[in-house]
Amino acid sequence: MCGICGCGQTDNTTKLKPVLRQNQHLLKHGHSHHGHAHAHAHHETERLVKVEQDLLSKNNAYAEQNRAYFQQHHIFTLNLVSSPGAGKTTLLVETIKVLKDRFPIAVIEGDQQTEHDADRIRAAGVPALQINTGRACHLDAHGIGHAIMDLGVRDHSLLAIENVGNLVCPSSFDLGEAHKVVVLSVTEGDDKPIKYPDMFHAADLMLINKTDLLPYVDFDVERCIQYARQVNPDIHIIKLSTTKGDNFSEWTDWLIKRVKPV
Amino acid sequence: MHELSLLENVREILENHAVQQSFSRVSQVTLEIGKLSCVEPNALRFGFDVVMKGSLAENAELTISEINGLGVCRQCQRQVEMESLYDPCIYCGSPFVKVIQGAEMRIKDLIVI
Ligand SMILES: Nc1nc2c(ncn2[C@@H]2O[C@H](COP(=O)(O)OP(=O)(O)OP(=O)(O)O)[C@@H](O)[C@H]2O)c(=O)[nH]1
Ligand SMILES: [Mg+2]
Ligand SMILES: [Zn+2]
Repeated sequence: MCGICGCGQTDNTTKLKPVLRQNQHLLKHGHSHHGHAHAHAHHETERLVKVEQDLLSKNNAYAEQNRAYFQQHHIFTLNLVSSPGAGKTTLLVETIKVLKDRFPIAVIEGDQQTEHDADRIRAAGVPALQINTGRACHLDAHGIGHAIMDLGVRDHSLLAIENVGNLVCPSSFDLGEAHKVVVLSVTEGDDKPIKYPDMFHAADLMLINKTDLLPYVDFDVERCIQYARQVNPDIHIIKLSTTKGDNFSEWTDWLIKRVKPV
Repeated sequence: MHELSLLENVREILENHAVQQSFSRVSQVTLEIGKLSCVEPNALRFGFDVVMKGSLAENAELTISEINGLGVCRQCQRQVEMESLYDPCIYCGSPFVKVIQGAEMRIKDLIVI
């Protein structure tokens, strides 16, 4: 049974290589689009029912449960979002190398398919759990609640959730994290913040990654920062190169300040 | 396509209300979708029939009422209409406008039998 939400879902994942399937019920519905057949039975008594309920209310309720759990256990949780290939997994691997002796780190990896990213994290020496979302293009708070229990996240730790590579959908789904961190690499174009405003609006921190490639691409860092602030005046910004290490310590210092020591 | 997940939520909310308020069929669903929210009404319309198939809202009519975006300028404090999240203030040009309306996505009401 799920320790946080009490949903009664049995946990049939193995401890060594757990793979969770999120939103399996989504798969049941076929792709076929059928015509509209608005059959109104006007002779039956119809009545109006007020609902006034947010579409995300269920996800948000699970997210609040996760958030309460994180607070209680002093788990500093980040939700990392980006386009595919911006460098999230590489960033986590390098972060683990620098910080794993300072505090416990655990990682939840979200991808539509494969166990690749979780394997890379385990190779770096910390526990990781892969959630395959199948057709869904984002993680949801219910899946995260189960993952926390399966993973056995330690108190006073850093929990990094790498979301599915996608700059649109994950912005709507609160997972209970302390902050959304959006990773933008310089090969993607400096106008991404105004092309995908929802994500940059929802994030508290933007990492401009792969700055080592700046000499080879037409990416105006100042313009990118200006666009990001247009969408989100309060966003904090760190420029770095994950693979070359330039300014990487600004990011690790940001983390060290926020993970609660025992 | 997170619209599909959102429609799954709609279906679940309907099923819960059906038990609480004892109805067995839904003939119309009205959603309120803010213009600044990150859902695309057309994607909702596209997925609605598919997701509701086999549920108590099969063949129900979907009505979407869009809610206009509204913000308050952090610089000049005036209220401004917003078409998108990064619209600058129409009075002073400041990009720092705080959204106060238009991010909604909710089920408003249902017509049930
Ligand atoms: N030059 C350069 N390459 C980088 C940097 N950071 C990451 N990369 C490369 O970018 C590629 C993609 O990196 P990943 O870490 O797999 O990206 P990701 O965001 O996890 O990708 P998905 O999980 O598929 O969305 C790899 O080849 C990395 O080596 C950097 O700072 N500079
Ligand atoms: Mg990755
Ligand atoms: Zn103004």
